[in-house]
Amino acid sequence: MRYRVGQRVRVAARRHEGHHRTPGYVKGKSGSIERVHASFTNPETRAYGSDGLPSQTLYLVGFAQRDLWPEYRGRPSDRISVDVFEHWLEEAE
Amino acid sequence: MHDRGGWPTEARIDRSEHELADWELMMDAIVGALGGRGLMNVDELRRGIESMPANAYEQASYYERWLYSVESILAEKGVLAAGELDKRIGR
Amino acid sequence: MSEHDHDHGHDHPHAPITNGDEPAAAPRVRALEELLVEKGVIAREDVRARIDWLVSRSPGDGARLVARAWVDPAFKARLLEDARAAALELGLDPGPSPVVVGVENTADVHHMVVCTLCSCYPRALLGPPPDWYKSLPYRSRAVSDPRGVLSEFGVELDDDVEVRVLDSTADIRYLVIPRRPDGSDGMTEEELASLVTRDSMIGVAEPAAPAPVG
Repeated sequence: MRYRVGQRVRVAARRHEGHHRTPGYVKGKSGSIERVHASFTNPETRAYGSDGLPSQTLYLVGFAQRDLWPEYRGRPSDRISVDVFEHWLEEAE
Repeated sequence: MHDRGGWPTEARIDRSEHELADWELMMDAIVGALGGRGLMNVDELRRGIESMPANAYEQASYYERWLYSVESILAEKGVLAAGELDKRIGR
Repeated sequence: MSEHDHDHGHDHPHAPITNGDEPAAAPRVRALEELLVEKGVIAREDVRARIDWLVSRSPGDGARLVARAWVDPAFKARLLEDARAAALELGLDPGPSPVVVGVENTADVHHMVVCTLCSCYPRALLGPPPDWYKSLPYRSRAVSDPRGVLSEFGVELDDDVEVRVLDSTADIRYLVIPRRPDGSDGMTEEELASLVTRDSMIGVAEPAAPAPVG
């Protein structure tokens, strides 16, 4: 487990052609770790018939809505939380 | 294509509901049974769905997508031969 | 005498293979099942048992968890930590693998759940997801315009309430614990459970209001 609750992280902006579970709208965006769930098999390899090992730590990462949608219509404090696997995360300055 | 979050649309959400039909329940159960036998996992199911052409994906109902995926994954694994299911339903 | 004495090759229900309004997928799925059973790839009993399980799932189970959480703060804390364990505690079936986590709506925060990539949903505890949950407009708009979606569903939040969307993209399923309605003091746990609607546990509705006394 590389990140701790409260830490700022950035979701990698890289393209990934195959199956993966990182939604496009958070790629390249920064947020903070809200929860460290547990380790799960890696869907990116399991989707192609492997056992998905080594497993990857899954985090709940919270983002400010205003950082994701330039024209967001809600309140400044509105947030969205997304489950992201560790290998998609980078330390944010 | 499957990654829908934030797609620009103002379309209202159709809130009508339907009870799952027998074939939809069966489709769901087939996937569970294949999983139980280690023949197909949920990530493969999703990959198969994501491999649908965009048009087909958008027009298909939920379990039609599952059917598409199961057919393609089982064909890939050699469990179903090409055309085998077509032959069975007399096409 | 037992079911196993049947010759399953000839024992399938003789339902019509097609019927008028069905999509082409319907007979195709039935043919797929026959073929896979014949090949010995899957067992018909297993398919049937899974169908039985699926139709036995209902939001009533989730509602029992919520009602208990409303009357028992210690239970609520466990539900927020690990809804799977909390469900087992009440003798409910939390289903196979995925982890379920409860999230609590309060006077300050309103949660709602979506799966933008497919349609992940805590169906062991809520039953199969409604069509709209799986629809493309919900999956698109719930993340970028949650207040618009909530308003379409009839939920108008005060300006000082923070909206918190959960996109369940991976192995975790989320169950919203809605706010206990005013006027529900003194109700039994069972009465409380009857107020907890499916949609309130997805976060797109408030629980039903208690019937006025008298």
